[in-house]
Amino acid sequence: MANIVQFENVGLRYGVGEETLCDVSFTLRSGQFHFLTGASGAGKTSLLRLLYLSQRPSRGIIRLFGEDAVILPRDRLPGFRRRIGVVFQDFRLIPHLSAADNIALPLRVAGMAESDVARAVREMLNWIGLSERAAARPATLSGGEQQRVAIARAVIARPELLVADEPTGNVDPAMAERLLHLFHSLHRLGTTVVMATHDWHLIERVPGAHHLHLERGRLVDPDPHPPVASPAPASPPPIPARPDAKPSTIVRSGL
Amino acid sequence: MKRGGKTRATGAEARALDDGGGAHVMSWVIAIMLFLTLLAGAAGLATARAAGALDRQMAGRLTVQIVEGEAQRRDAAAAQVLGVLRAQPDVALATPVAQADLARMLQPWLGTDAEAAGLPVPALIDVDLTSDGSAAIARVRKAVMRASPAARVDAHATWLGPVGRLLDTAAWLAGAIILLMLVATMAVVMLAARAGLEAHRGTIEVIHMLGATDRQVARLFQRRIALDAGIGAVAGGILAGAAILLIAGQVGALDSELLGGMRLGLGDMAMLIALPFAFVVLAVGAARLAVLRQMRRML
Repeated sequence: MANIVQFENVGLRYGVGEETLCDVSFTLRSGQFHFLTGASGAGKTSLLRLLYLSQRPSRGIIRLFGEDAVILPRDRLPGFRRRIGVVFQDFRLIPHLSAADNIALPLRVAGMAESDVARAVREMLNWIGLSERAAARPATLSGGEQQRVAIARAVIARPELLVADEPTGNVDPAMAERLLHLFHSLHRLGTTVVMATHDWHLIERVPGAHHLHLERGRLVDPDPHPPVASPAPASPPPIPARPDAKPSTIVRSGL
Repeated sequence: MKRGGKTRATGAEARALDDGGGAHVMSWVIAIMLFLTLLAGAAGLATARAAGALDRQMAGRLTVQIVEGEAQRRDAAAAQVLGVLRAQPDVALATPVAQADLARMLQPWLGTDAEAAGLPVPALIDVDLTSDGSAAIARVRKAVMRASPAARVDAHATWLGPVGRLLDTAAWLAGAIILLMLVATMAVVMLAARAGLEAHRGTIEVIHMLGATDRQVARLFQRRIALDAGIGAVAGGILAGAAILLIAGQVGALDSELLGGMRLGLGDMAMLIALPFAFVVLAVGAARLAVLRQMRRML
């Protein structure tokens, strides 16, 4: 499996304060499913921002799709960003566009022919179960529906890397389970997934998923027995793993 | 995945920026700017034409005046001066003004029969020189004075010069006003584009993160500014066209020799018609420049 992402001693500092991320090193390989956990303020969102090229690190090396992303010239960033799907924590749907138009944006940005865009959007709306709400504006959609539209927008262009910042943070357990299935389906199609979450039950639901845990800006071994804030939902069966999936491990360089 | 090739902003992507309530303000600003620019342009071009006509009128033209109280002596002196003038190589044409025409010109001030009332009416000779140099004028003046000490030579440039200079200044001023209006329009559009970027920061960030290039984002603003500027250009152009036609009609009705030169030619009309298009192009260019400069500050 090829390395999709490689962080080496990456540090990130906003302004002159302490480093938000400190000596972060890890490798993501093609087709893996990763959970990113950590308390609020541990640096999860910062790490994801580095992953989806919204931020450059203060130090260290980031290799993305085999190229040094730190020194990548600005004019090459769009090409890289089109290979990455992002689900923002706050969805960031464009309020005056319909659900279908929001989902279609990555394809239109990439210059896909309009007939192909329409077909792909129809399929995607079917996939997320929102065919009937295609023309609805985000404000008229429920939180879960908005979440699904945001996910559909992130995955419609079949990104090689999907980055999701707490995509199940605002939905009920049943919806979280459904969304996890969506991500897992995509993962089964070969996309590398990095999903930040607080929900340890979800992590247990994906056997073979890898786990990155941040504490105060540093990657550490995840606690094997984390405190469970709420009782686990009534035991749905585990999501079938990819045939080539290995047991959950931290894939960090040097480990 | 079949790609369309060029990454043009189409469909919903083009609508990614909502109106935000400020779109019509830009149309109004462009309409007002263009209205004023077209008026200044029309005035400048018409004035420049009038100045040109005046220049042609003044260049190498003289009036010889023979001031003699007694009519017979005046006519004899006039005939002698006319002969001298026609013999001069610097003179292309020397035409005596008929006394009847002169009397008609003087009638409003001196009454119907000034000569009979003993008022001295001069004899006038219009002279066109072969060149408009001051040396030619001096030579002709010398020859005329030798022929008749009662003769006075007035170069048209001497008394019409200040008027010509005033018209020239007015034409240049109109040009400067047009330039200032264009600069002001560009500045307004750039400010509007920057404000638009700020107002749509969230949307722009999302589109940017989806892989849109700076040029694609700039095109979204260009489209919007082009639409607003187009509406403004049509409105401003129609209003200015009506105003120019109204003023042109009124100037024509004056039947003034001086203002009669203030006519717009076909070339002038073409320049004025091109101005609204230039405004739209300028607005789109300014928006593009502003957006690209702002985008370069983003990662």
